[in-house]
Amino acid sequence: MKPTRVTNSIRALRFAHNEMTQAELADRIGVTRQTVIAIEQSRYSPSLEMAFKIAHVFGVRLDDVFQYPEEAAP
Amino acid sequence: MTHEEKRAWIMLVVSVVGYAVYAAVVVNRADGGTLTATPYAGVLLWTVGGGIVASIMAEIVMGVVNPRASRVSDVRDREIGRLGDYVGQAFVAIGAVSAMLMALAEWDWFWIANVIYLCFVLSAAVGSLAKVIVYRRGVPQW
Repeated sequence: MKPTRVTNSIRALRFAHNEMTQAELADRIGVTRQTVIAIEQSRYSPSLEMAFKIAHVFGVRLDDVFQYPEEAAP
Repeated sequence: MTHEEKRAWIMLVVSVVGYAVYAAVVVNRADGGTLTATPYAGVLLWTVGGGIVASIMAEIVMGVVNPRASRVSDVRDREIGRLGDYVGQAFVAIGAVSAMLMALAEWDWFWIANVIYLCFVLSAAVGSLAKVIVYRRGVPQW
């Protein structure tokens, strides 16, 4: 079971941005490479601030990077 | 593996091995006799001190073996550290309450000292185990 329902497109965005490495992304947002790996694999849900930093690195909107499944209507 | 995850592994191994050595020495000294009559204080202090020295040595060796490894920690490390400490602290409270009740019931000092030591070890071991599991499986949402 994944600990978070938040999914992301970081891997695709990295490849679309000149095949940016996980280490490079980690340096740009100020975390360890292991944290980038954990976020990519949905094993860690980043803070809102870190999420914005990631979106800014790729120059896209927050919901182009992170997605959350909609709740079924009651 | 981040520097903090390596430290969690070191704490887990050192606390478990240290207590195993202590228990083995005390049981061996008792040699079938009563545990309360067995000298234990020296061994207890030596294993606590030895555990601290072993942790420091392990970190030094880790740095020497892989000097280029990153020692950086970030917000995820801090979150996982807090979670592990939170889990471990429960055992410190259990140890304190147990020791208080045993003192009120006038149990032998041997058992009071040992329940406190065991709960410190459980605090370190279970807290470190929680950190290792969370590093491997992901930070739970709560």
